[in-house]
Amino acid sequence: MSGIWLILEQLPWAIAIREGAYLFPMIESVHVLAIALVVGTIMIVDLRLLGLPDREKAVRRLTADVLPYTWAFFGLAALTGGLMFISRAAVYAAAVPFQFKFVGLALAGLNMAVFQRFTFRSVDAWDRCTPPPFAAKLAGALSLCVWLAVIVLGRWTGFVIL
Amino acid sequence: MALPFLTPFTNWLAATPLSTMMGDVSWIIPTVQSAHIMAIAVVAGSALMVDLRLLGAFGEGESIPAFARRYLPWLWWALLGLLLTGVLMIAGEPHRALQTTTFVLKMALVLVAAALTALIQLPLKADAWFWQDRKTLGRLLAVASLCVWTAIVFCGRWIAYSQNVQP
Repeated sequence: MSGIWLILEQLPWAIAIREGAYLFPMIESVHVLAIALVVGTIMIVDLRLLGLPDREKAVRRLTADVLPYTWAFFGLAALTGGLMFISRAAVYAAAVPFQFKFVGLALAGLNMAVFQRFTFRSVDAWDRCTPPPFAAKLAGALSLCVWLAVIVLGRWTGFVIL
Repeated sequence: MALPFLTPFTNWLAATPLSTMMGDVSWIIPTVQSAHIMAIAVVAGSALMVDLRLLGAFGEGESIPAFARRYLPWLWWALLGLLLTGVLMIAGEPHRALQTTTFVLKMALVLVAAALTALIQLPLKADAWFWQDRKTLGRLLAVASLCVWTAIVFCGRWIAYSQNVQP
């Protein structure tokens, strides 16, 4: 594996990001903004699944409005994250909080897939004004916890890399 | 040095037991920073929803006051959380924030963002159709709000790189 990381680190972009004075902070700022918007929009859906702030707004409508933006910002976060990663690939890959961050991301994806595949199918029964079923509340609560962990592990990575 | 008049205060703060304790216990600062980022997520998500509604990106079937009622209380409470975690971060690393121009710029922009949010929210109390009748002005405010919040996030990250003064 370490061979791949070293090849990535020698890419022209990786060198530019590593050696430029402003490129890394600029990419990192976009990464933070993108993450804030990914997690912020996901929290809106998660809280709605928990019945907060109310059950007035239809779940179907909310997810249709919000999730396209979530995915767009996730793409931006992945792109900027990838650029930061290649600048010092071997160091990041060896950092434990960074490794666990990806476990967190995988769990978030799994939780979402299970929710979409099973729980969301019955959404018509609890779309508006009705308490969401336990499975939906659980998906919302798990998502909130996992994304919190992803943020903590991401911030922690910054301290390990130094 | 951005704020010479703050130097005595900064030095005093850095010498307080709270500040030295936060410096000694390695997990405190990353934890507070993580809480700060979570609060940023709430503010960013809420602002995005209201601004996109003003821009007409979605929610045409739902009133602008409904969006404001749904999201803006979260924004204000999260902003309070940002101030509290921000104060803790300053207490932990006083020179990092209080002696940089970027920090001053960030605080000025926070005031602008809060003012823009209030400008969007307050007219709705008297007139629910306020922004429905002033779509262009509403769109301008929404774009301004998105730009200023974005600039605040950039400034926040930039503080970490503008440590030009060491104690």
